[in-house]
Amino acid sequence: MQDLPDPRTLLAPDRADGSIYSDPDLYDMEMDRIFMHNWIWVAHRSEIPEPGDFITTFVGPHPVIVCRDRQGVVHVMLNRCRHRAATVCELRRGKTASFVCPYHGWAYGLDGTLRGVPHQEGYSGHLDKSSLPLVNLRVEEYNGLVFATFDETIPSLDSWLGRTKPWIDLFMKQGAGWPVKTMGEHKFTFPGNWKIQLENTTDAYHFPIVHKSFLDSVDQETQDTLNFVGGKGFVEDLGNGHSVMVMIPELVDLDENLDAPIPERFAELAAGLSKDYPPEKVRQIIRAVGGSGFNLNLFPNLACSMAFFRVLRPLSATSTEIRHIAIGMDGGPDVANQARLRLHEHFQGPMGFGTPDDAEAWDRVQRGSLAGKNIDILLNRGLGHEAQRPDGNLYSDVSAETGMRAAYRQWLVAMTDKAFPAEGEGA
Amino acid sequence: MSITLQDAVALIALEADLLDHGAFRDWLTLYTPDGRYVVPIDPDVEDFESVLNYAYDDAAMREKRVERLLGGRSISAAPPARTVRLLSRYRMLETTDATCTLRCAQHLMELRQGRQRDYAANVTYRLKNTDGGLKIDLKVIRLLTATEALTAVSYIL
Repeated sequence: MQDLPDPRTLLAPDRADGSIYSDPDLYDMEMDRIFMHNWIWVAHRSEIPEPGDFITTFVGPHPVIVCRDRQGVVHVMLNRCRHRAATVCELRRGKTASFVCPYHGWAYGLDGTLRGVPHQEGYSGHLDKSSLPLVNLRVEEYNGLVFATFDETIPSLDSWLGRTKPWIDLFMKQGAGWPVKTMGEHKFTFPGNWKIQLENTTDAYHFPIVHKSFLDSVDQETQDTLNFVGGKGFVEDLGNGHSVMVMIPELVDLDENLDAPIPERFAELAAGLSKDYPPEKVRQIIRAVGGSGFNLNLFPNLACSMAFFRVLRPLSATSTEIRHIAIGMDGGPDVANQARLRLHEHFQGPMGFGTPDDAEAWDRVQRGSLAGKNIDILLNRGLGHEAQRPDGNLYSDVSAETGMRAAYRQWLVAMTDKAFPAEGEGA
Repeated sequence: MSITLQDAVALIALEADLLDHGAFRDWLTLYTPDGRYVVPIDPDVEDFESVLNYAYDDAAMREKRVERLLGGRSISAAPPARTVRLLSRYRMLETTDATCTLRCAQHLMELRQGRQRDYAANVTYRLKNTDGGLKIDLKVIRLLTATEALTAVSYIL
């Protein structure tokens, strides 16, 4: 039997061993125990609005098709023909009535049903088409976020998301009354382990250091808004590895504080919107354009990060793909959505003013972590003054590593027990 | 007289040379005040304003990009990657005495922290005759890999 690493020896509540970023055996365990036995985010509803719409993506290393069938039901299916395993679709997105394997022409319906097999007589009646659909994963959706899992036994998505749901609802207020839609994405890789990225969206501590050059490029008012380390924000453990990092408390609920003054940088946009919308609506749109003041980390692969979705995909123990998906108002004013796109381009993506510096820091973590052996990665920031909310959530100051500790606690549960407990079923 | 291929190529060869030798502030002077520097994601898009791009820079954003490269406060650009780019396969798509549109191929090699990477691109320039001579009014860099996962590009393509 293979001698697998023991995750319990690699993690303590306040630190982790550096090998968690590079051990290939540990990575293989993660791909099984985490990415096949937890809810993995696959799509936003707006990417497949109509019957026949599909995208292709991944659940861990597994290529999948996310598709809306004629009844409007969303299916997440392995992109693998049941005959000889060829992928049946290589388009990133599109609209179709069926998926036809290019190798021997086996044809599948939008729900994965095997409909047609060329020259079926060659099987002499020994082919039961009803037993050979595209393999469907379990699919559930919350407020436009579509998740899938291989595991039929884990509790519902509702239970998994638990205390994150009010935060997801707050995040979606960026639609300013319209539904949220995706508006394209920046996709890039960095030569490092996926957990380095998982940590980063709950790390406020790095922001003023790594993003000096971004802060140089924005106006004073924006700099002041982003000067949150040491401020009134907080990081809170929401259970099941999820956490929220509130950087700008005034921007938690975008439907509140509508009488706050419009920031100078949005004055021109507001003036333009005023021609078409009443003052109250203009303020709601402007607040939505600026984005939320928090990062919601959903273990293991999605963050609702201020104004966009951050999606990670592990490629190997030492390589990770990141997507920064831009979002906007579905039906909202074009000028406002364009303002969001320009803000996204300014910070995000391989040519943004923020992302390349993040990627450089993660790259350095990966390379540095290979130096020496048995040296810990520290996860103890903010632990000394960590406290508990009445509902049991642990929380600490905005630059605390409470969110990382939450994620690693869940990592250990997944790596050792294969399942998370349902809400109210014990620790 | 229409803008000649020779004049157009002289300007974009100058741009390439300035960028490869870190003369970013000089690079800024090659553009018209309303000029745009664009790196799209979607290979077919023409209306860049309505979609997400890698870069969609007006004059103010170009200046900020240059300050970022020269300021020493960006860890991914301190120092910036070194680059060598080759431009070729020039074709004048249209030309008048006021403006011209030129398309060419660009092959850029990048070296940073011991890693060499390369990017191929189709580049389209719209050049404009101004009182200050021929200037770049629009540069659109269509990376061959624009729809794939890129790595950080902390320099000017």
